[in-house]
Amino acid sequence: MDNIIPYKIQALSIIGSLIFLALIARLIIKGKLREEYSIVWIVCTLFLVLFSVWRNGLDVIAKALGVYYAPSLIFLFGFFAIIIFLVHLSVVNSKQQKNITELSQELALLKKKLDKKDES
Amino acid sequence: MKLAIIIPCYNEEANIKKIVDECQLLNLPNIEIETLVVNDCSTDNSLKILKEEGINHLNLPVNLGIGGAVQTGFKYAFRNNFDLAVQLDGDGQHPPHEIPKLLQSILDHDLDIVIGSRFIEKKGFQSSKSRRWGIRILEHWCFLLTRIRIKDITSGFRMLNRKALKIVEKEYPDAYPEPETIVLYGLNSLKIGEVPVEMRARDGGKSSIKKGQSLYYMVKVALGMFFMMIKLKRYG
Repeated sequence: MDNIIPYKIQALSIIGSLIFLALIARLIIKGKLREEYSIVWIVCTLFLVLFSVWRNGLDVIAKALGVYYAPSLIFLFGFFAIIIFLVHLSVVNSKQQKNITELSQELALLKKKLDKKDES
Repeated sequence: MKLAIIIPCYNEEANIKKIVDECQLLNLPNIEIETLVVNDCSTDNSLKILKEEGINHLNLPVNLGIGGAVQTGFKYAFRNNFDLAVQLDGDGQHPPHEIPKLLQSILDHDLDIVIGSRFIEKKGFQSSKSRRWGIRILEHWCFLLTRIRIKDITSGFRMLNRKALKIVEKEYPDAYPEPETIVLYGLNSLKIGEVPVEMRARDGGKSSIKKGQSLYYMVKVALGMFFMMIKLKRYG
């Protein structure tokens, strides 16, 4: 009886992770997600799948690291991953900002050149 | 010699024509002057005025902030072989009739950059007390970082020669660029000078530093100067 509920949630999490993986794959195929970002997401999903299948994995790792309360490990790694990814996004964002600045400046200068040509 | 007067303009419909007119009154011997307004995607009637009055202007398709707008003007000046460029804010704080002072100083002392300073002779508009304090702090911070002392470090009223233009054409901070660029110039071994000018209180429009943002301004600028120094020291 004890085992029924854990299996249910296991099945659920495996299905959930696979759907997520499929979603990422679909986004990449449709060209809505650049490959450089997709790597992060694929790795994340693979982790999700791994731990849904390997139920004792978390306990084993927690024990090996000397963590008493295994779920806190999830929070630790989760936060870590999120923060790193957020920094990555800020970097991407800054780069885009710089590109936009340069593009608009060039556009303004080009328009001026064109106008001058039209006048003469 | 060719001199470009670069006027960044963001929502300055009340002032812009007046300033351009004042610039056109300037008459300097042996100097060919071109006044260029850089419209930073104004949302008021600035662009309409520029077009109707036939004022020489660049029109940015997106709002880049003062730094991006001024840099566009510098790029224009550099690529069109101007010898000198002077930045003049669109809000009327920098009187065009003070430009000859900057020009004389840059030519006489063989400088790369001349800054029009409010605080040398303490004439004209002096800004509020709290702002002057902020400026003092930045002045000392800049001295600490670069060993260069500039009294009016936030003044945007500046004249640059080609050597300086070549640097700003490649790199220029987006927001609140003035103090950061002093570090940029100083560590590129450009010769910087200051000349006393009389500024006016703005005629219309709003300061780019709104109330309650002063702390943010100080932190952003101080950090920006610090990282600019590290970057230049490490990577040249």
